[in-house]
Amino acid sequence: MSEGTVITITSGKGGVGKTTITANLATALAMRGHNVVAIDADIGLRNLDVVMGLENRIVYDLVDVIEGRCRLRQAMIKDKRLEGLSLIPAAQTRDKMAVSPNDMRLVCEQLREEVDYIIIDSPAGIERGFQNAVAPADHVLVVTNPEISAVRDADRIIGMIEAEEKGPGRLIVNRIKPDMVARGDMLSIEDIVEILAIDVIGIIPDDEEILVSTNKGDPLVRGEDQNRTGAALRNLAARVAGEEVPFLDLKAKDTMLSRLRSWVGGRS
Amino acid sequence: MSWFSDLFKKEEQSGSIAKTRLQMVLSHDRGDISPGMMAVIRDDIIAVIAHHLQIDPESVVVNLDQDERESRLVAQVPLQQAKKREL
Repeated sequence: MSEGTVITITSGKGGVGKTTITANLATALAMRGHNVVAIDADIGLRNLDVVMGLENRIVYDLVDVIEGRCRLRQAMIKDKRLEGLSLIPAAQTRDKMAVSPNDMRLVCEQLREEVDYIIIDSPAGIERGFQNAVAPADHVLVVTNPEISAVRDADRIIGMIEAEEKGPGRLIVNRIKPDMVARGDMLSIEDIVEILAIDVIGIIPDDEEILVSTNKGDPLVRGEDQNRTGAALRNLAARVAGEEVPFLDLKAKDTMLSRLRSWVGGRS
Repeated sequence: MSWFSDLFKKEEQSGSIAKTRLQMVLSHDRGDISPGMMAVIRDDIIAVIAHHLQIDPESVVVNLDQDERESRLVAQVPLQQAKKREL
């Protein structure tokens, strides 16, 4: 069996959707038939467990593994709903200093033997927690939102990923609102790519269904419906797995008003 | 633009305002040079050049430009007639 790949999801700014994307990416990869483990590296602010709906089954966590209180296998919570998916939760009562970048490398070295993909949910910020999450990474995916503060922080993180020689990272633009872009009130994907000069691997439209799925602890990608945010997340997983998938056409619905505006203003 | 499109013309859209502001702030972030530091650099450049050449300090422009992820300091110093130096 070939060695597993370590992918770290990071952002700089908090609240842009890292944890949701980690849960959905890990789930979608498992749905494609891969063995996947998601690691919550946000020590002290555990959250990936609730987003994945596995919070009631935690016995051991990442810090227990690192400090030798349990074996790695014991801290891997298997998702009973989906073959091939498991979670290593963060410790809730410790802080980031309980883990070192080298600890993360050692844990991932062991996991590489067991699974195809190791998806690490990085904490926000640029300190120790970020360094821990990025240290074992083969690939780093940077999540941003189409707003000034998130793009600015993404730029900082992209620079740091290059400094750690983990670059070039790839970008996931989350929570895009196509109708706001169409009326010129939101940074477009093109704007963000031009500014950050980085390849895009995911474009995820904003959708209330994300919150609904988080409420239930059931990642959106698992639904078989026509939801385009779920489709965009499954496409992200396909690209991570090396497939070439075109980006969804997210143009807002063609209304009389938008047609008139684009005709008058010469925009498309 | 015709009178017709002027009729529909709105003030600058907030998306493009965001883009311009981001480009400005990132050029400083990437160069790690604050606007205050830029003003000091500008004054120093003017002082050095004015020592040798005749320039109008008001017309000197010093900016951070960016190309992909590289930043560079670009100074535009229009020259007036070269000052005759007394030896």
